[in-house]
Amino acid sequence: MRLLFNYLIFPGFLFSACIGLMAGWIDRKVTARIQWRVGPPWYQNFVDIIKLLGKETIVPETAKLTFLFAPFLGLLSLVLATTILGKAFILPSESFLGDLIVILYLLIIPAIAIIVGAFSSRNPLASIGASREMKLVLAYELPFILSIIVVLIKCQGAIQIGSILNHQINFGPNLASVSGMVAFIVAILCMQAKLGLVPFDASEAEQEIMAGALIEYSGLPLAIFRLSKAVLLYTTPLLLITLFWAKDLSPFSLVGKYITLLVIIILIKNTNPRLRIDQAVKFFWGPVTFLALAAVVLAVFGL
Amino acid sequence: MNLKLKALTKSLWVFHAACSPCNNCDIEILDVLTPRYDVERFGIVLVGSIRHADVLLVTGVPNYKTKERLKKIYSQAPQPCLVVAVGGCACGRVMFKDSYNSPCAVDEIVPVSAYIPGCPPKPEAIIAGVVKLIKKVRG
Ligand code: SF4
Repeated sequence: MRLLFNYLIFPGFLFSACIGLMAGWIDRKVTARIQWRVGPPWYQNFVDIIKLLGKETIVPETAKLTFLFAPFLGLLSLVLATTILGKAFILPSESFLGDLIVILYLLIIPAIAIIVGAFSSRNPLASIGASREMKLVLAYELPFILSIIVVLIKCQGAIQIGSILNHQINFGPNLASVSGMVAFIVAILCMQAKLGLVPFDASEAEQEIMAGALIEYSGLPLAIFRLSKAVLLYTTPLLLITLFWAKDLSPFSLVGKYITLLVIIILIKNTNPRLRIDQAVKFFWGPVTFLALAAVVLAVFGL
Repeated sequence: MNLKLKALTKSLWVFHAACSPCNNCDIEILDVLTPRYDVERFGIVLVGSIRHADVLLVTGVPNYKTKERLKKIYSQAPQPCLVVAVGGCACGRVMFKDSYNSPCAVDEIVPVSAYIPGCPPKPEAIIAGVVKLIKKVRG
């Protein structure tokens, strides 16, 4: 009963979706203000979801079963990751050994769901989007894992969110060292790619391949995809805060940190043009991986 | 009025189908999205795929080629899908009425819910047309 409550309401699906949709609104509003527009009202993203639920769901004639199955797979596993993370936050002592690894795996599944869904829709533009998404996943996972290894080294190899939090509460945040800072920057860049925002949104490039991977989706499955985008917008910044910046865990400072990360994401999004997929892969496997490796070396030397 | 329709009118996603216009209408439509008029205030955004759209926005006089395409696009749209004809061309073909390559008007191909006349219509006129469309949907 309690597990179900945790999964569906707090800190799982309902809570994270609401926060994520609000964050999505902040994103749209700030973007609009940067472009000197007024921007949508605060309930806009909720209305979008409700509207999509009321629309017809079209399944392409040649599509496979996975077409409808994929969005649910993505959302369910993402909510599971969110729940584990949120629970570790509330009761650090109850987290289990290796939950960080579980979360990392679960966070890749939404991207895989997009790839599976796009390929099964049999649309040529969707396949282009899916193949770009696949390359992007391959590109950002390496530096992302490296930056997490820095955290593990700093916390004496504890692969457990509860003990990472405890370590930071006792010895100061991981961010407060050179290697931690570098790894944090790397992780922010990877987060931007994970969220599929500009400059790494080649898989959904609206102007060139229309809606890319999501082109054939309508109605309910599209709403599910948008919900999982929203939940991801809540989970990934929270994961970064957990790993790097968790000295003070009072709700007030958590909200402040979350909004700071959100503003960084939005600013990166609004001040950069879209990268071609080969440029994105080069960027992640070149300078970013190098930075991450440097951070690992620095961490080994205790800096 | 039910929640579904209310949500629909609060978040209209527009797919822009240019059926051989002279492009002036398309420019005016882009103007509606710019800071001066900013229809994202009302939840209106342009989308890339017809599967995501609630409104099919048509400009221009359909010719033999775009006629088929328009029919196809409309059949691909998820219901409820509203059609808006923007500009004199799309509303009634004006001076292209007797042209050799203009088989029929837009409303003979797809059911049009709102007409926005003008050549091209001003952004204010487009917004007024959207208001009328929303009023019509809400009944
Ligand atoms: S209505 Fe006028 S501006 Fe619009 S497409 Fe026709 S000729 Fe061009």
